[in-house]
This record gives sequence, C-alpha cells and structure tokens, in this order.
Amino acid sequence: MLRWTQAALSRRSLLLGGGAATIGATTICASKTVAQEGHGDHGAPATVQMSGTTPSQHSAHGAMITVGTVDSDRNGFHPTEILTDWYTGTVTDLPDGRKLRTFEITAEDKEIEIAPGVMFPAWTYNGRVPGPALRATEGERLRIIFRNFGSHPHSMHFHGIHSARMDGVPGAGVIAPGDEFVYEFDARPFGCHLYHCHALPLARHLHKGMYGLFVVDPDPARHPDHQDVAKSRLLGSPENAEWQELAMIMNAFDTNFDGENEFYACNTIAHCYAKEPIRIEKDRPVRIYLVNITEFDPINSFHLHGNFFDYFDQGTTLTPTLRMVDLIMQCQAQRGLLEFTYREHEAGLYMFHAHQSEFTELGWMGMFDVVETLS
Amino acid sequence: MNENPRNFPPVSTTAPGPRHLLWLVLPLIVLVAAALWLLQGDQLRGFNNGAPPVENLTVERTVLDEDGLRLQVRAGSSEPMTIAQVQVDSAYWQFRQEPSGAISRGDTAWVAIPFPWVLGEAHKVTFVTNTGATFDHEIPVAVPTSKVSGGGLASQALLGAFVGILPVAIGLLCYPALRGAGRNAMTFLLAMTVGLLAFLLVDTMIEALELANEAAPVFQGAVMVVLVAAASFLALVAIGRRHGGSPTGLALATYIAIGIGLHNFGEGLAIGAAFAAGAAGLGTFLVLGFALHNITEGIGIAAPILNIRPKIVHFLGLAMLAGGPAVLGIWLGSLAVAPHWTAIALAVGAGAIAQVIVEVTALVAKGHDARGDYTRMLNSAAFGGLAAGLAFMYVTAMLVKI
Repeated sequence: MLRWTQAALSRRSLLLGGGAATIGATTICASKTVAQEGHGDHGAPATVQMSGTTPSQHSAHGAMITVGTVDSDRNGFHPTEILTDWYTGTVTDLPDGRKLRTFEITAEDKEIEIAPGVMFPAWTYNGRVPGPALRATEGERLRIIFRNFGSHPHSMHFHGIHSARMDGVPGAGVIAPGDEFVYEFDARPFGCHLYHCHALPLARHLHKGMYGLFVVDPDPARHPDHQDVAKSRLLGSPENAEWQELAMIMNAFDTNFDGENEFYACNTIAHCYAKEPIRIEKDRPVRIYLVNITEFDPINSFHLHGNFFDYFDQGTTLTPTLRMVDLIMQCQAQRGLLEFTYREHEAGLYMFHAHQSEFTELGWMGMFDVVETLS
Repeated sequence: MNENPRNFPPVSTTAPGPRHLLWLVLPLIVLVAAALWLLQGDQLRGFNNGAPPVENLTVERTVLDEDGLRLQVRAGSSEPMTIAQVQVDSAYWQFRQEPSGAISRGDTAWVAIPFPWVLGEAHKVTFVTNTGATFDHEIPVAVPTSKVSGGGLASQALLGAFVGILPVAIGLLCYPALRGAGRNAMTFLLAMTVGLLAFLLVDTMIEALELANEAAPVFQGAVMVVLVAAASFLALVAIGRRHGGSPTGLALATYIAIGIGLHNFGEGLAIGAAFAAGAAGLGTFLVLGFALHNITEGIGIAAPILNIRPKIVHFLGLAMLAGGPAVLGIWLGSLAVAPHWTAIALAVGAGAIAQVIVEVTALVAKGHDARGDYTRMLNSAAFGGLAAGLAFMYVTAMLVKI
C-alpha cells in the first residue's frame, strides 16, 4: 500500500493531471511558487564564493566549475608550461650530411591529479600527460630511444611515414617492462601528428595517458612556392618567433571505469585554462597545434569565441584546408593547425571550448587573456 | 526419566569465588593482547595489494530551496573518503561541504550546491571522490522542500486525519451493529482482523526492507529491520502479558490500535515523502482509496471489545491511537527524513502488528472456553473471516496502487 509513492514519482504527470488536488497538496503547490521566484539569485556568481578559486578569472562560467586547484608541483608538469614546452631532442650530424635527431622517452606508472583533488593512476611518457611534444624538421633522421619502466608492455606508435618494423604495434616495437627499443625513421611528412602507445588493450593504454604531439616542421628549402609559410612554421627561425605557438591536446578521463569520461580537458587538467587563462599578446598571431585523443567519445571539437581562424587539417599543407571558421571537429587522433589573431580586438578574456556542451561543462573550457603588447 | 531441563542440577556445585573471576579476566587479557599484536605489528600489511579503498556514499536527505541543492551524505568506506568534485546533470559545480574535509566511515556531511534547479524536472547529482569513484543521486522531480509553516502543518494534519483517523472512526461506528453478533460472527470478525493484520504485516515488512535498501550500508538494512521488528514484537508481547495470560478486551483493542497506528505512521511518512519528492498532486481518488482501505482497521479494533461496554472516550482514544500517527508521519515525511529512520519506524510497526496477530489468534483459539487448541482457527467462521480480511485489504489496496 505504501508502494504507490515510488510509482507516483515516475508517473507524476498522471497524478498531477488526474483529479482535484487535496487540501494539503494545494498548500504545498502554493509554497513552491514562492521558492521558484527566488531563483534569479542562482546565476549570480558574486553570491557564491568557494575557497581556493578566484572568481574574476572564470566568472564566465559562474558557479559551474570545479572547486579548488591542482598541485602541479606534485604532478611534475604544469598545464601552462606544457603549452610551449617543445622537446627538440639532441641533434647530431650524419655522415651523409643529414641531421640525426635523438629523443629519449621512458614509460612510467604515475598517479597524477587530473582535477582538483581527483587522483588518476596514469601511465605516462616521461612522467607527464600528455607526453612530451616532440618537434623535428622535415627530412631529418629520427632516433627515439624508448625505455619501458612501467608495469605493462608499452610502445610508441608514430603517425607519419615509416617501415612496418618501426610501427610500435605488437611484434614491432611493443616492449615488456624493463626493456628498451629504438625507433628509427625519417621525419616525414611535415605536419601536426601524434604518437601514442599501441599495446593491447588499445583503449586502456590510450585513456591512461600514453599519447603526445609529434610535430614535423616543413623544410623551407623544399617548398619554394610557400617559403614564407614554411619559415613561419620552422621552430627557431626568426619568422617563427613572431608567432605564439601553443601545443594543445584534447583528452579526457574515465575515473570510474564505466566507459564514459568524468573529466574532459585540454592538456589533462579540467578547467586549467579557465582558472589560469592563457596570456596572448594581441599584436602577434596565434598558432595552435591541436590533437584530439579523447577516448570513449568519437569526436571532440574546438570553438573560439569572438574570432575566426584558418585550419590546416593534419597540418600537411601550407595553405588552409578550411578558411574563416570558428569551430572545427576532430575524430579520435585527428589533428591540425589553427591560425588566428586578436590584432583588431580589444583586450580581454576570450573563451575557447569544445562545443559539445557536455564536454565544456565537464572541464574542457578555457580562456585567452588577450593583452596589449608591452614593448 | 523426567527430562524437564528445569530439573537439571547446576553444572558446577562449587560456589563462585575470586578464582572464578580470574577466569573471566584472563580471556579479556588474551583478547587485548591479540588486538595489540594485530595493530602494533601491522600484521595485515601483507594483505595490502595496492587496491584503492572501497568507497560508499549514500544520500540521506535532499533539500531544494532558493539557494539551490543541499544534500546530506553518509560515508560508508573502509577509510575516510573525500568528495573532490560535484556534478549536477553532467556539469561540475562549485559546492560547499559542511563539515569540510574527509568524511569518516559512518559520518555525515552536508553538501550545498548553488544550482539553479528547474521546477518539475529531473536532476542528477554525481559525487566524484578523490579516487575518481562516482556516486549518483537522482532527484526525480524537483520541487522546493516544504518548510515548517503553520498553514502547511494544519492542512497536512487535515489530510492525515482524512486517511488515518476518519476511516478508523468510521469502522468503529459499526460497533453498535456488531454488538449483537453471535459467537460465530465474533469468531468471523476476529479472524477478519487477523487477516487484515496479516496483509499489513507483509506490506509493512516489504516496505521497511525496501527503505532499508536505500539506507547507508553501515546500517545493514535488512538485518536491522528484522531485528527491530523482532525486538518490538517480543517487547510488546512481554508488556501485554506482564500480568500473565494474553490481553483481551480493551487491552487487546489498544494493542491492535497501536499496531495499526504504527503502520499508519509509515503510511503517513510515505505520503509526506511523496510531497517532499514532488508527487504533491495526490488525487482525490487516491485519498478515497486510502480511506476505504483503512475502514476495515476500525472494525478490527472494535472486534475484541464487543463483549464489554467501553466508554465513548475509549473509542476516541482508540481512533486517535490508530489514526493519529498518520498525521505525525505526514509531517515528518514531508521534511525528508533519512530512509533508515523510516525503515526503523516501519519495522517497529511490523513487530507490533505481529504481536497483535498472535494475541488475536490466541483469543479466537481460546474462544469462550479455556481449551486453547489452535484448531479453532480452522473452523469455517474463522477461516472465512481470515480470507475476508485478506481479500478486503488486497482488493482495496488495488485502489491505491498505481
């Protein structure tokens, strides 16, 4: 006889619609109107001050944000530093006159803080998620010395052109804990690529954090028709110094193993660039190396507020594959370059985020703090 | 040989002395020593396989008001657990925890979220702990939690009187008509009381167990319900028979009223909780169904006092005892009490109902002579009454079952 309450909840429309309400019910209905009127206050962020956050920086999201800050020192990597921290390895000369670029990568188990107070047992390259952003120049010989200090077999599978022996799949570069493998191939084609672990089970190794950017800059000498563009992309060139280049990897974490992500982010830490906006000098153009490695969701996206950008899908062309867009979407492992400028804009905070609102609300949202050039 | 255990000699014939006390102290010393060995030597370290602690979080109360959501949570983890982040409808929200910090096993905390909930719609709150484990809590229909107000309490009392007190009073109004009942009619009526009580017993137990499932695992829901029901049954039997012999007449009617009252208290809690959870539009049909369903209870209470001449104040008292708790229940239920309290209340009710079933059955069995063999419960009048009671409750329950 008491069971009707449960049924009443799921079929409330029937109950609410059927029959006249009793006296008691009418009074309660009347009281809820009063409560509803007070709702206007909710959205006002000023009334809600949580410890450990500075409301001015993320007021655009009001109270809808994670609480607290991540201890980057304990993590051993800082999301703001990851943006510009290119790993260029060591360069030596080969007998044939070409350059040999050597990278050293270790796989390690490491518990990292992916959102304030939330620890995640990650598998990492060089102790960070995403792994180091490798950067080379088209035509160089690459040598990647990979050591597995983790508890499981791992590998490095590079998107690029290489032989089957260097593919980083089981039987070709997947190594057991304690082992070492050297991947060797030429840096081509130029573009914005990635590397990731290809040990099995694949999804587990990916969502545990084993991925990173692999950028091959174009060699200006090989692209006479677009030499200026090629020079602007070549790290270390004066033309490149003009640009504000940012490494961004869209990723996510399933912390309760239900096959759905609890946290979405750009560069691992939920809401990191909302709480610490990325400083942009308005007179210098911006180039983002963007990769989507989000596991469990087929696509991710990038939307820029108050501006439009040119997009170079996979970064393998020197002319844009999309012009004047403010939103691109990327399948898993899809990547590309975004180029834009805030030169004509007034200074201020400009948001960027995935335009799947669910991803935004679960952490993948950040801000550009566009400032006047100080010189 | 007479094997009556009461005639056995004591096992020991020596008088208790200091030496015997020593044998009580020694086991205690051994126990303390064993505990110290376990704790100091960290003997269980070998079992630590690196797995994260088992975590459990139960939401016991949900309050919706103009400041957003407030939820009372109870931790049930192997170690103190920390709520790191809180989602509402798959979005992270700022929250304030009171008291802040890690929540020890069995402790509670209030979590306040400034979330602009939408009237009449569903919301889902997800707690994310520092290990990344998640605990979901559904708010099926968002309505403001009722606050204590004079007008609200009065109209709730009116509703409680309508579904609780009024039907019992109507049942008791049959008293004069029933007084002329012969011996078979008496047996029929008492057996009918047993039938309706049997229905209430099953209903109350099922409800108590369901609520116990929603309670925090620390309370060990099902075991708690069974133990509380058994304890209240035994306590009431002991009280009822403190003068020797089973209660009859007015005393038995009072016990029936108490049992039914505790059931109606649970019923009131459910109605109140339904208000709190948003099913405020309790249809007229449903209320009438409740009333009709409960009329039988009044007849059941009247049955044992047909042979005596109670005063009018006794009738009033019995009606209040059986129906009044419905009012209390609605008041408490609308304030969103934790499920384990409701489960305990219902378990007490189940125990009380069981006691009355035993006593009324004893009365029927005894009849007018002192021959108390329970076969009298199987004659046609008693069997018919039992069946009628069960059938009436079952059929009228259909009115209130959706």
